[in-house]
Amino acid sequence: MSERSPMQIPLEPERYELREAAPYRFDLDRREFFKFLGAGVLVVSVLKPAVMAQESGSANQRRGDLPKDIDAWLHIGEDGRVTVYTGKVEMGQNIRTSLSQAVAEELRVPMEKIEMVMGDTQLTPFDMGTFGSRTTPTMNLQLRKVAAAARELLIGLAAKQWQADPQHLLVTDGKIADAQSTRSIEYTALTKGQQLTQTISSDIPLIPAANWKVAGQSALKVDGRDIVTGRHRYPSDQKLPDMLYGKVARPTAFNATLVSVEMKQAQDMGATVVHDGDFVGVAAPSMALATAAAAAIRAEWKADPQPSNKDLFDYLRKNTIAGKDPSGDGDLYEAGSVDHALDAADHRLQQTYTVSYIAHTPLEPRAALAKWDGDHLTVWTGTQRPFGVRGQLAEAFRIPEDQVRVLMPDTGSGYGGKHTGETAIEAARLARAARRPVKVTWTREEEFTWAYFRPAGVIDVTSGVRNDGTITAWEFHNYNSGSAGIRTYYEVPNQRIVFHAVNSPLRQGSYRALAATANHFARESHMDEMARTVKMDSLEFRLKNLRDARLRAVFEAAAKQFGWTKSKSTGQGFGMGGGYEKLGNIATFAEVNVDRKSGDVRVVRVVSAFECGAIVNPDNLRNQIEGSNIQGLGGALFEAIEFENGKILNGRMSRYRVPRFSDVPVLETVLLDRKDLPSAGAGECPMVGLAPAIANAIFDAIGMRLRSLPLAPNGLRLSADVKSS
Amino acid sequence: MSTIRLTINGKSYAVDAEPQSSLLSVLREQLDLTGTKYGCGEGQCGACTVLIDGKAQRSCITRAGTVSQKQITTIEGLASGDHLHPVQEAFLDAAAMQCGYCTSGMIMSAVSLLQQNPSANEREIIDFMDGNICRCGAYPRIVRAIQKAAKVAQPSVAGKGAGR
Repeated sequence: MSERSPMQIPLEPERYELREAAPYRFDLDRREFFKFLGAGVLVVSVLKPAVMAQESGSANQRRGDLPKDIDAWLHIGEDGRVTVYTGKVEMGQNIRTSLSQAVAEELRVPMEKIEMVMGDTQLTPFDMGTFGSRTTPTMNLQLRKVAAAARELLIGLAAKQWQADPQHLLVTDGKIADAQSTRSIEYTALTKGQQLTQTISSDIPLIPAANWKVAGQSALKVDGRDIVTGRHRYPSDQKLPDMLYGKVARPTAFNATLVSVEMKQAQDMGATVVHDGDFVGVAAPSMALATAAAAAIRAEWKADPQPSNKDLFDYLRKNTIAGKDPSGDGDLYEAGSVDHALDAADHRLQQTYTVSYIAHTPLEPRAALAKWDGDHLTVWTGTQRPFGVRGQLAEAFRIPEDQVRVLMPDTGSGYGGKHTGETAIEAARLARAARRPVKVTWTREEEFTWAYFRPAGVIDVTSGVRNDGTITAWEFHNYNSGSAGIRTYYEVPNQRIVFHAVNSPLRQGSYRALAATANHFARESHMDEMARTVKMDSLEFRLKNLRDARLRAVFEAAAKQFGWTKSKSTGQGFGMGGGYEKLGNIATFAEVNVDRKSGDVRVVRVVSAFECGAIVNPDNLRNQIEGSNIQGLGGALFEAIEFENGKILNGRMSRYRVPRFSDVPVLETVLLDRKDLPSAGAGECPMVGLAPAIANAIFDAIGMRLRSLPLAPNGLRLSADVKSS
Repeated sequence: MSTIRLTINGKSYAVDAEPQSSLLSVLREQLDLTGTKYGCGEGQCGACTVLIDGKAQRSCITRAGTVSQKQITTIEGLASGDHLHPVQEAFLDAAAMQCGYCTSGMIMSAVSLLQQNPSANEREIIDFMDGNICRCGAYPRIVRAIQKAAKVAQPSVAGKGAGR
């Protein structure tokens, strides 16, 4: 059996993750640091080109001399407070807590002494954004190194002061103790009046996962108390004196252009009005007045006819980007000879799978509060990319980036849906006209319509398999839904895998697990279809064609917990799906019950086995896996955006069903803790096995093969013979 | 515009607002009680849940002018000083949140449920809470938190000024 080390895994490019490097890099002045932070110890983490290459795919862009490429810093004040600065942001994945744990572990200070300053473009170092399950494998490790470097520096100071051997000094609870005597000293006593700077070196000794005391344990959310008391201020809760509420007049359809606009009535109501290009908006002292004024605007829009969801899959196949050679972008992978192998196979299967556009539906819609001081702009907004939004604002208002500050208060979720700065730009434009701060909070309908969607897609699979269950040929074409997770992890000698870029009829972008959901759905459904064709057990068939030890381990662990071989009653079906994605390994087993009279599908029980290296916070990991399964249930069973001619037809909560309490199956999670492997993220991977597991279980229950997500938006329409069987 | 008198968390307020304004907008915009959240504006998600005379109501579809004679409790009024309400404690202990945006509404609904049915079982909890959406999928933990709170909660401590 083979085992992948994380360094060997190519991080697959995710075309819909928006990314860009900072256009400006400024030298950092140490005196400025200490002026701002106060005396103490400052440790900076310098991003290495190798790490950078993983995150951005381009190692050369930001390589430079010290201290430009800093990705995090940590300060220990004279009062013993530890402040950590990172450009990552918190939106429910709980990194404010898990990163605090990492620092507490290495620095040996209590969690409550640590403050995380996150996602503030003025105070924190540049960060591309919080997405792609990158925080745990990169930032968590960087912060451990930063904290360890601070610890070593403090040990060095104590050793010098005591003329002792650093080897004999122990650190615990913010103190350094001498093992050979009874003396000990607080960090604060060592740092008093000092201005010490340290960059981390490559040989910083990290505490091995097996010896973790704080990291590796379940820790309560550090700001949980503010949340349960309603004190935490989300982006939409931000407020400033004299603030106005902004409202944008929306076009009648996507891609519409403004023909004419009449705003006098809105102005007479006392609103500030703005007409700038195709942007039409108002600002007023109350949301009610802003809404009424926006409604009083008479605007005429013109839009061309646009596709509808009923012709979507045909449209995607026919609208590939003309002249685009997939091999040029690494969108083509070939091994052996697929055509020969398909001809020679005992069985040849060909099937098409589809996925719909779905909406992220973060419970907090996009919101931003903008304020101008002369030509300096400050915006508080909920975004996964504060530095990206800073760039968008600088571009929109033609001002340098150093005149823009974006702050991201911990936000009401994102799931990949808040990479862009729409509300930030809208609020800033209105604030400039009103000469007062303006807050724009989207309504649920605006969020459903003017944000962006998870890409829809069509996937064609053709396979060849021998009578003994060996897969010999695998051809896989994905139209539009994305290339993450597109490669198969099963051993197939002859492969052709192609991603086809398409001009999407709707605005689309990142989404939790994104393309991996679609690609795993097609692949893992097709695996079951092949297993049925050669009359093999699904698990046995997978294991026969799978060498990867980590993936085998999760399939085997999940099968055991699930009780794969147990007997079934009428209407009951079992199915599985799994794979690896974003450095994690998942196997998901589902039990469904299909009511043969009504066609109702009920997912009764889901067992997930997950392995992402050394576990940082087991309880939060379970929380993330449960959340992935519950959110994934919506896209698997019933979520789909309906649209027609440039309009969304089901863009409100009463028309777009998301999972609720009553939809939740029994969820069982098996965690495989690999303390010998680096920690990876867990917000996305656990989602990808669910949809195929349910589809396979439905087939198992009633012999009906469903190849489109969502699988059963209105239950199943069963034929008379299924109903009577 | 008229003056509406509201009793919120035991305190009296006089606000200038249209009687048909939503209670949610009055709480958030005029009284700066931003713990109550907007989620959908049509009573579908429960993020805006408050207690009106002890019962969970969606403040986004409640007109401010219709509740002037009533006792309103928001998430800000649930704890007594530093002493959290048992439901708040239970949510913390069970880590029953991820982004936390739905949490205020979840807690207010749960308080109302336990006031009506202090020994609610799992099925009853799921039925009652089904109008509250958590997009992060913390549902199983929320159920566990409510079960835990049910064990310790006394109906009399469920919300200042909320009971009658």
